[in-house]
Amino acid sequence: MSDRIITFMEALREAQASCLREDPSVYLMGLGVPGPTGIFGTTKGLVDEFGDERVRDMPSSEGGMTGVALGTAINGMRPVMVHMRVDFAVLSMETIVNQAAKWHYMYGGKMTAPMAFRMIIGRGWGQGPQHSQSLQAWFAHIPGLKVVMPSTPRDAKGMLIAAIEDDAPVVVVEHRWLYGIKGHVPEEHYSESLEGSRVMREGKDVTLAGLSYMTLECLRAAEMLETIGIDAEVLDLRSLTPIDGPGIARSVKKTGHFVVADTANSTFGAAAEASAIAVEYAFDSLKKAPARIGLPWTPTPTSPSLADKFYPRAIDIAREAARMLGGDVDRLEDTPMVTPWHDVPDPTYTGPY
Amino acid sequence: MSNGVSNSNVAAIADNDTRLSMYRCALRIRMVEQEIVDRYSEQEMRCPTHICIGQEGAPTGVSAHLKRDDAVFSAHRSHGHYLAKNADLKEMIAEIYGRETGCARGKGGSQHLIDLDAGFMGSAPILASTISVGVGYAWAAKQRGEDKIVVIYFGDGATEEGAFHEAMNFAGVFKLPVLFVCENNLYSVHSKMDIRQPEGRRVCDVGAAHGVAGSIGDGNNIDTVWEMAGKAIAEIRAGGGPQILEFMTYRWKEHCGPNEDLNLNYRSQEEFDAWVEKDPVAVYEECLRAEGVLSDEALTTYRTEIADEVSQAFDFAKNSPFPPTDQLFDFVYPAAKGAAK
Repeated sequence: MSDRIITFMEALREAQASCLREDPSVYLMGLGVPGPTGIFGTTKGLVDEFGDERVRDMPSSEGGMTGVALGTAINGMRPVMVHMRVDFAVLSMETIVNQAAKWHYMYGGKMTAPMAFRMIIGRGWGQGPQHSQSLQAWFAHIPGLKVVMPSTPRDAKGMLIAAIEDDAPVVVVEHRWLYGIKGHVPEEHYSESLEGSRVMREGKDVTLAGLSYMTLECLRAAEMLETIGIDAEVLDLRSLTPIDGPGIARSVKKTGHFVVADTANSTFGAAAEASAIAVEYAFDSLKKAPARIGLPWTPTPTSPSLADKFYPRAIDIAREAARMLGGDVDRLEDTPMVTPWHDVPDPTYTGPY
Repeated sequence: MSNGVSNSNVAAIADNDTRLSMYRCALRIRMVEQEIVDRYSEQEMRCPTHICIGQEGAPTGVSAHLKRDDAVFSAHRSHGHYLAKNADLKEMIAEIYGRETGCARGKGGSQHLIDLDAGFMGSAPILASTISVGVGYAWAAKQRGEDKIVVIYFGDGATEEGAFHEAMNFAGVFKLPVLFVCENNLYSVHSKMDIRQPEGRRVCDVGAAHGVAGSIGDGNNIDTVWEMAGKAIAEIRAGGGPQILEFMTYRWKEHCGPNEDLNLNYRSQEEFDAWVEKDPVAVYEECLRAEGVLSDEALTTYRTEIADEVSQAFDFAKNSPFPPTDQLFDFVYPAAKGAAK
């Protein structure tokens, strides 16, 4: 374990710097990538070290430029396309879904499309209907794409490096609320697997499986559950392609209970897939039906009063698990409010972003 | 209150009543935006908010030619377009405050303003997303025999999206009653034109390739905007087909939010200062005063009236309730036909 502690945001920047240094065919592209704020800090300053031909700005043309990136990818380059919000990547769906995902397959394996797509999920401060969507399931539904959602700084660096070095197109979905999270990150160039879950906390009563930011909420929920005598195991699912069946089975065989928390709508999402996989891999071990925690079936509202109800939090995960186990739900204590609304990751945020 | 008159006879120069009402319109946009800027740090306007200070000229001069029934579509920096079309100020401020009384009932925030009664059809922050929608609206209006035109506002960045070109092409095919208005403020967030569009090509020139007549002018000169928009709109109303106007202008504040951002160094102090010299509100005020059109007394009256209106709008917003949480599920789908809501 490295002694060095940096933030998730810094880990992402290091991953890109490291790949640019290691491999001359790697380049970054996206609106504002070389700009002064550098995609919330994740590309800040890279243009100074690597130049504006490898740390590229681009026209506001997500669709066309994704095809341009694909064209470079099939001619020896390794593009990293950066979208400040997942919602803007929607403009490039045709190229990602119809072209990049299938390029290797539909031409009989004669070419590869090594591309990494960084897409950032916005949340809070009224990001609203078009600046906060979690669309990972869309991409994970397409054979040929890999989709990962790191939740720790170590994975942020290692999985982004792995994504850039992979010969398939890989969508790295980052949650904006993870950017300030600190953790141990090695200084050297390393990669972490694009598949498999990780046990974040051992427990015996219930498995709480999280994706991305919701893994942190699962860890917080586990602490809440501990106060009422429930010992939760927390799994970080990390990857959607595939959801880790054997990992979930190992945990559920021990706990008999499965709660999964995703940043997206529960319906037709990664939480639904994880629940199905839990049933398929560990049906005999389950003592109750799996439970999904996700967004309700509405677009994201802007008003903080509605957004507060829209986003599930640790207490919601804990309550779901407590109900499942017949625990004392009423004794669970929510974390105290430190801001007027739950619409910022920590009190240092004063908007806008 | 009207900010202008519908003008079927195209005058080369606006009459002085029109010019005064345009000045008042621009001043009002400025004062509303300044109030948002001044109060944003109170952290009660909790949504991404794109301030249009410096860009008041285009909507002021364009809207002076619009009837209430004419439709306007906008993008992320929409406050000026909304206000110039005489959409409801109180509901706009309440929407930014996330209140139930907001124009989108707190669902949309600053990025999704709407006032159907005023012909302000909506605004959205995904680039170019409302351009094709506005074209479709105009297509339906033409098929339904409605006597209206559609104005679609967007920035220079949106003209790099495929949907912009596709929508213009279609508008050109069917000679739809659309005025495309590009407010070119030189930056897409922090990215300059020179890495985004070919050197020497003007946005308005793209129109010709799609059968859409285009011209360019100083978006900070309200008389210029009025003249260009008046000519274009009269021709569109006469069935001449779509046109595109490109107005050069400049954003004073950061891309999103109330602050200055020269510290980011993506644009120079010299450039900023030169544009502030061309302040669309102050320059027009000076011009109208020099010509004896705008008196001290009128100016004082405008300022007092607007300050009062703005103050009332903020009071209205802050005294309005937040939407109750059960409203979260309202409007995911329209109510079943015949069902009472």
